[in-house]
Amino acid sequence: MSHVAAAIAARKKAGSGALIGYLPVGFPDLETSIEAAVALAENGVDVIEMGLPYSDPVMDGTVIQKATQSALADGFRVAHGFEAVAAITARVDVPILVMTYWNPVLQYGVDKFSDQLLAAGGAGLIIPDLIPDEAHEWLIESERTGLDRVFLAAPSSTDVRLKQAVDKSRGFVYAVSTMGITGARNDVDMAARVLVARLRKVGATSACVGLGISSAAQVREVLEYADGAIVGSSLVTALAEGGVPGLARAAADLATGTKLA
Amino acid sequence: MALRDELGPYFGDFGGRFVPESLIAALDELAEAYAKAKVDPAFQAELAYLHATYTGRPSIITEVPRFAEHAGGARILLKREDLNHTGSHKINNVLGQALLAKRLGKNRLIAETGAGQHGVATATAAALFGMECVIYMGEVDTERQALNVARMRLLGATVVPVKTGSRTLKDAINDALRDWVANVDDTHYLLGTVAGPHPFPVMVRDFHKIIGEEARRQVLELTDALPTAVTACVGGGSNAIGIFHAFLDDPAVALYGYEASGEGHLTEKHAATFTRGRPGVLHGAHSILLQDEDGQTIESHSISAGLDYPGVGPEHAWLADIGRATYLPISDDEAMEALRLLSRTEGIIPAIESAHALAGTMKLGQELGPDATILVSLSGRGDKDMETAGKYFDLLDNVSKDDA
Ligand SMILES: Cc1ncc(COP(=O)(O)O)c(C=O)c1O
Repeated sequence: MSHVAAAIAARKKAGSGALIGYLPVGFPDLETSIEAAVALAENGVDVIEMGLPYSDPVMDGTVIQKATQSALADGFRVAHGFEAVAAITARVDVPILVMTYWNPVLQYGVDKFSDQLLAAGGAGLIIPDLIPDEAHEWLIESERTGLDRVFLAAPSSTDVRLKQAVDKSRGFVYAVSTMGITGARNDVDMAARVLVARLRKVGATSACVGLGISSAAQVREVLEYADGAIVGSSLVTALAEGGVPGLARAAADLATGTKLA
Repeated sequence: MALRDELGPYFGDFGGRFVPESLIAALDELAEAYAKAKVDPAFQAELAYLHATYTGRPSIITEVPRFAEHAGGARILLKREDLNHTGSHKINNVLGQALLAKRLGKNRLIAETGAGQHGVATATAAALFGMECVIYMGEVDTERQALNVARMRLLGATVVPVKTGSRTLKDAINDALRDWVANVDDTHYLLGTVAGPHPFPVMVRDFHKIIGEEARRQVLELTDALPTAVTACVGGGSNAIGIFHAFLDDPAVALYGYEASGEGHLTEKHAATFTRGRPGVLHGAHSILLQDEDGQTIESHSISAGLDYPGVGPEHAWLADIGRATYLPISDDEAMEALRLLSRTEGIIPAIESAHALAGTMKLGQELGPDATILVSLSGRGDKDMETAGKYFDLLDNVSKDDA
């Protein structure tokens, strides 16, 4: 079983499911982003989704855009992503999925990117603008390296496409809770519950829900039906406003949503 | 296979769909609706009627002998898309897509705009069909094309100034895509050029190919021959593919696209995608773009808001790759000189975008000599550019005093 799928399954066995935390590399600076990821792992986050800043992040809302733009303005390079993964995995035992748009991978060379990520101790990739239909090269390289690959499933996806996402994903399939982009929302759509049920029907054993989750209560609610809850923007806000200590508190609070009541 | 028959999603290595899964259903729905409309006589008749009674098609061709004296004496014919309602070629595509949106039951149109011409055309269609309209426009462009912002608002559209990234066309497209992901149920994204994910490049091309189809007939009628060359400016590439398309399978007709090289294609301030870019993915398609070593998009620069874009449509990337069309850079200064020249010699003030095609044509005419006939896409008129031209040429009394 993949490292990520194993981590999620273990958390399900022990409690209600996994908490997956997103943070971008290089925000507010490389050092602090590494400390921040370590703090996530030490405060109840089971899988880290580490975002690589990109110039044209069409899936991201204003909070994450602002953070990644500032990292780019400060000179973020893709190679920093591998450095960060290596530094984090040297300190804490938590699987790290790198979340990146496709062009940086393509330009780095899909094979070289995969090799470097594996060497740094990374678990795999989430590529929000790469659908399985266009992922030929990545499918080959992820098979070669054993890296996990997470594809997205949306409420608007047909059953055929959901099955494709489930079949091609390894680690988990990313269920987009709502038709939208990243950003904290007050209620996670009913759509997520329906989507996960549809994913189960086509064979999903590891389905995590993301987009809009920002409180322990929402995490708890999502874990009633999904295997993991993905939190992004609210962690980025906590880091921006409260530094690493503020982030640690936010993560610990969110993690209470994964404990059995 | 004839070059004209390419239907996407790929043109050679270029094209595809590099977008979030959330958009795939909408793109499939659009592709299907478009495939039906394409062969539906009722749809085609409705569009043709609008073009005849609203757009003002066919647009004329105008021979410009006094301008041609500065272009090696070649015979130069302008395809007058500037005379279309709303002032540019953009309306051809907008009316087609707005009719499709109506068929899809989507009552909200969103669009990106650079020069504002596509935004104005979209706001116009929304007014005509009673639809809601939101236009994303980079903050830099809302300033340099303020007149078009006022036009869009007068037409009832909401204009959202985009403050992220380079604050130009590229970022306006990002925000339009984000809006679409969130509101795809009731919203049609009326993309304004031949870029983006399939089916946009092929659909937008089809709505513009009327430019070349008309012009091919008109040139044959006037000169009894096909032109030696066809030229156009290239931002995303919609007016260029529109005029090129009818000639793709006429191997004797040379095709030239002129991209904006801003302060010069050897400086760092340019939008010379072909000259300085390389293959990669931007805005949902695999094509050519300006990017750094890490694949981060490089911000473009041009005096022309409509050409200030670091990417280009995939069909152009393919035409360049197979050698069917040639793409060359034209600087701000060369374009502005051509803009002034056409104004003074022929009494036609072109858009700064179109002036890039004119500047390229002047060079090409020198190369080809007096026996050549060159058909130029005059994609838009210059009204929107009077503030930029006023500053550039020092034409405004108060400006020249303030700047002195
Ligand atoms: C008059 C005019 N010409 C050309 C363009 C460039 O677009 P495209 O390359 O898609 O024709 C624009 C875009 O705003 C325009 O307004």
